This record gives sequence, C-alpha cells and structure tokens, in this order.
Amino acid sequence: MDFNHTDERRMLAESLRRTLARGADWAALAELGVLGALFTETEGGFGGAGFDLAVVFEELGRAGCTEPVLEAGLAGGLLADAGRGDLVERIIAGDLKVTLGWQEPGLRYETGPISTRAEADHVTGKKSFVTNAEGAGLILVTALRNGTPHLFALAPDTPGVTLHTTPALMGGTISELTLTAAAAELIGPADLGARLAAATLAVCADTLGVMETVKTMTLDYLRTRTQFGRPIGSFQALQHRMADVAIEIEMARSAVINLAGGLDAADRDRQVSATKSLIGRTARLVAEESIQMHGGIAMTEAYALAPLARRLIAADHRFGDEDWHLARFIRLS
Amino acid sequence: MDLNYAPEDLAFQAEVRAFLRDKLPADLAARVGEGENLSKADYEYWHAALNEKGWLAGNWPRKFGGQEWSAVQKHIFDEACAFARAPRIIPFGVGMLAPVLMAFGSRAQQDYYLPRILSGQDWWCQGYSEPGAGSDLASLKTRAVREGDHYIVNGQKTWTTLGQYANKIFCLVRTDPAAKQQEGISFLLIDMDSPGIEVRPIILIDGVHEVNEVWFTDVKVPVENLVGQENKGWTYAKYLLTHERTGIAGVGASRAGLEALKRVARTELQNGRPLIEDPLFAARLARIEIDLMAMATLNLRMVAAADAGAAPGAESSMLKVKGSIIRQQINDLARRAVGPWAMPFVPESDGNLFHPGPEYAAKASNVYLNNRKISIYGGSNEVQRGIITKAILGL
Repeated sequence: MDFNHTDERRMLAESLRRTLARGADWAALAELGVLGALFTETEGGFGGAGFDLAVVFEELGRAGCTEPVLEAGLAGGLLADAGRGDLVERIIAGDLKVTLGWQEPGLRYETGPISTRAEADHVTGKKSFVTNAEGAGLILVTALRNGTPHLFALAPDTPGVTLHTTPALMGGTISELTLTAAAAELIGPADLGARLAAATLAVCADTLGVMETVKTMTLDYLRTRTQFGRPIGSFQALQHRMADVAIEIEMARSAVINLAGGLDAADRDRQVSATKSLIGRTARLVAEESIQMHGGIAMTEAYALAPLARRLIAADHRFGDEDWHLARFIRLS
Repeated sequence: MDLNYAPEDLAFQAEVRAFLRDKLPADLAARVGEGENLSKADYEYWHAALNEKGWLAGNWPRKFGGQEWSAVQKHIFDEACAFARAPRIIPFGVGMLAPVLMAFGSRAQQDYYLPRILSGQDWWCQGYSEPGAGSDLASLKTRAVREGDHYIVNGQKTWTTLGQYANKIFCLVRTDPAAKQQEGISFLLIDMDSPGIEVRPIILIDGVHEVNEVWFTDVKVPVENLVGQENKGWTYAKYLLTHERTGIAGVGASRAGLEALKRVARTELQNGRPLIEDPLFAARLARIEIDLMAMATLNLRMVAAADAGAAPGAESSMLKVKGSIIRQQINDLARRAVGPWAMPFVPESDGNLFHPGPEYAAKASNVYLNNRKISIYGGSNEVQRGIITKAILGL
C-alpha cells in the first residue's frame, strides 16, 4: 500500500502549480505537458491513467484555471478512441482546442435518447451546455446516424452552425449549439462511457483543488479578521465548523483517490457515482460554509472567493448531480 | 388553543388578497418571482399603490398616518404580499427609521420626515455596518465632530443596500471616542447630496449592484439632524434592530418559493418523468415543506405573543436562524431542480446576454448565490445563536 504519487506525477504537479501561479496560458500548459498527461503512450501522450488526471485537474482547480483542458481530454479521448492520432497530436501540441456537445435540452444529465440526427454527413439538431466552444477549432457532437448515436466533428464556422454563448457558472463559457444541416465529418460510433467517466473524475479532482484553495482562504480570513477585539477564528463556533470542513475535504480527497484508482475497474460507473455524489455534496458544503464564515466580504465579486464558490456549486451541475449519482449508485449496487 | 385566525382577521386577509389581485401587475409579480432585479421605478410604483390604500405603513399609529394594525394583521399583510410576489417594501424608512423617530425623534423631525417617508419623497438607506464593524457593530469608527451648529462627519459605511437610489441616510457615528464603545455613538440623519459624500457600488457574487460603500469626507450635518440625545445612539440602534422582527422568518417568501419550485419540478423531466416524482427529489421537497409548516406556526406563536404585549426579544433570533435556513434550502433545491440549466451564468451587468433554456431557470443560480446573504445580514446566524444562547438559554 502506498498513497504517494509517483515521482513523475509529483514533479508534474509541482511545476504545474508554479506555472499556474504565474498565470499560465494555453501554450504554457501544452509546453509543460499538461495535455500530454491526459493521453496514454499509445495515444501519443505520456499519462492517461486516473492518477494522471487527478494530479493535473487538482492543480488546475487549485489555481482556478479556466482553460479548456477537460474538453481536451474528453473530446480528444474520443478522437483517440476513433484512431484519429492526427488530431490528438495537434491537441497535445496545443495547436487545436476541442470540445464535445453530448447534452441536449430536456435530457438533464442523460446522454440520450438524443434527437440530433445526421443525413449524408449533414447534422441537424440542438446541443446544449457545450463548454468552452468559444475558441475551439473543432467541436464533436453526438448525432443519430441510421438510428444509432455517432460522433461527428465540425468547425464552428461551418455554415449551418449557430453558437449562443454565455459565461459559465464555473468560469469559461457555455454554449447552445444549433445545427441546421451543417456539414460534419463522421468520426465513428459514439461510445462515451469511459471518456465521460474520466471527465467526471476530472471535475471531481478540479473541485478538490478548488476546495483546498477555498479552505486556505477561509483559514487566512479566520486568522486575520478581528471582531470583538480578537480574530474570529478564536470563536469555537467557527472553529468547529472549520474543522468539519477540513474533515469533509479529506473525505473528498479520499473519494477522488478511490475513483482515480477505479477508473478501469469492472465497477467503474458505480465508483464514478459514489465519488461524484460525495463531491457534489461536499462542494456545496464548502462553498456555503466558506461564504458564511467569511461574512459579507465573501458575497462580493471583488473578493477572490466569488468565482471559486461559483465553481464549487457548478461542479454539481456537470456530468450528473449529487442525487442523480446517488440514484445511479443505488441502481448499480 | 385555536390555530385559526379570528373572523375579522380572515376578512382582512380576504381584503388584502383582493387588493393584490386588483393592484399588483402580473408582469411585476412575475419579475419578482423569477428573481429579477427591480428598478427604482418598480419599487416607487408599488410603494405609491400601497400608500394610496393606506397600507404602506399599516402598523403605524393613526396619528402618524397608519392604521394601527395588530401584529397579526401586519403578519397577514406581509405574508399575502410576499406570497403574491409583490415587490418588498423598502424597509429603511417605513420599517426602521420611522419607529425610531416615533419613539426618540423630536416633534419637528416626526412632522417633517414621517410624511415624506409615506409619500415616497425620501428614499432612506442605512448607514450601520463599516468594513471593520460587521457583527461587532459597536466598534464602528465613522466620526462626527461637533463644530458650532454642525457635525463634521468622516468615515466609511458599507453594505448600504440600494444606496444608489437614496436621497437620505441614517447613520451611526462616533461622537465620543473616549467613552466605552456603546456609549459614544450617536444617530444622525444625513442628506445624500451633501458635499463630501461618495457612493461606490459593490458588485455581489451574482453580478448585481445591490449594495454600496458610502464614503464621508468632511460632511457637514446640521445639529438638528441628531436623533434623540448625543451619545445615546446605540439605544436607538438596538431599538431599530429589534423592531418588527416577527417578519424576519420570511414565511411568505418561502411559501411562494416552494410553490414556484413545485411548478418547476412538475415541468422538468428526469428520465422522461416529472422531476417531482423522483423519490430523492420528492423527499428533499417534502422535508422542506414539513419544516415550513412548523415554521409558519412558530412565527404565528411569536406574532400572537407580540399582540399579547410581549416585547420583541430574542425569540426573533430563532425566526431569523430557522427562517433563513429554510429560504436558502428552497433556493438550493430550486437551483438543483433546473439541472444543467443552472450552468449558464448571466450576471446583471451583462443583462443583454442571451440566456438559454426555460424562463424559470434563468436566475436559479443567481438567486441561490444572492440569498446566501440572508444568513449573514441583519446580524449573522452566528450572532443570532449567540443571542439565543445568552438571552433565552442563560448560558
């Protein structure tokens, strides 16, 4: 038994943390190997295991980074599955940003039954909640081809593609994608299970990193904010709440380790749901408690907690929320 | 024991509901219901409609233009308005300053300010909190120095709700820095257009400009704007904070929120079935509703006690703590109910941005985030628990 990361992963985490602290852009992340760490050696990368993802995304979350790394792993992974090493190579090099449109209005967190359909490689339909489509060079979408879901790739500037984009609760952007007989390239049959599981791990690890930063900020505030002539962290009412937050974050870290280790296990989806349900519950607790313990200052956009608290809340709306995964866990148990 | 309103109270309730059906515009109620931020004109419109009926300050004494409502009547009115999704009555003049002026103000202050509060001529905001004085309000530092027939005020207030609309601010200021904290504070009425006042917006976590910082640099305030006696302001401040606390539970708002949530949960589909039929969701919803039913009675017990002559006291802290938790749980569940539609996040400052999805989902995240304030403002829930511990439990 060994709960330490390998030297390689530790080094990646440390250099990533330093680089992100300096405000890393996309090129810097690619150069550091962040994108390569998402893919296995046979896919052209040097990682791709659950713990590679856990290490990378915890750091991205810790720094509040909003670059589309999760999308690179999710859409890029599907391209790798389809044998599109040409595109994966460009993704790893940082030359191509990609994303995936797998959700549709009215389906909540389900992958289907989808309505978007392709006829003679022209896709028509609506994909919702497409993250970081703004700036992506290639968008993968699921669409029915001869009645079964397939993956198609299209460039955002293709005629018949309309993007309605807003800021996303977790940072970055979120788009509704309307496709009207848009010319697209067939990638292959859509088998999303393993890649959605990996993306769910990515969100969980990202959330863990955010929680660590939020914990540090809250602790700093408890130590420095004085009321009634002493630091508010000297009040037992707040001390015990902070202790509970610390306990729950260690539980969350353990749940992320469980999933990182179980990503290739036979009961993968049960593990995904166990971890994501716990993370959803814990992230909300940490967001709400950190705001409450700070007081009014945490309600302001100018204070750095605001985007992190939103990201914690948003985590529960990605790839299934606490209750969705709770029900799925029960079903799979 | 009788859990029902008296016949005359039921008649009053029917009258209030009829008034709301008649006078509250549907589009305004819809905007309140969806958590949109109202304009100054929206508030002024509703304020004037209530004032015309004599209900803006129904609980005021008749000699000041009120109806001398009982606590039960006030409660019935507040609940009906909140349930109908009427704009809230901005409380700073009607509900906060006015009782202080009635109890401690001079005759001249009462004659001048109270009619202007009713007519809407004055929009008051509250100058209590400071960056270093939140829960520990008595540590406030804004300084007022007497010079001839004026005070010269210097300092900074914060969390000034809708201060951008206000032409007046009532302030707690320190007039005797040598005295013990609570004994050197005075209560001043200040024109917002006085030279030396600067209002700076604070944007909140949901992107809304709702509160402000108010900065004072050598602001001249006539001494006749002092309420009561110099250095007795803390007494008046506490009076203000304990006044009208029976409405603090927000039961009407919670009931309206729960109804809206049920409508959403009947519309949203999960695996092809209405979300409200999902056993996990239904259980969460039911637990909140059960709490709310008990909360409504807890609130009524305290309203009845107020009508029986009990002074508003530490019991209102229970209403604040439990009422805020229930409201926040409803907001939390409302956000979850809309599923991934909660992810598009359109702050008010980007008001023209497209928002995908159903109308009811557009503000679910914003409202959830914004209402985290309920357990912080007006004395945080930690402060309220401290009051309960000392004043009720004697620990």
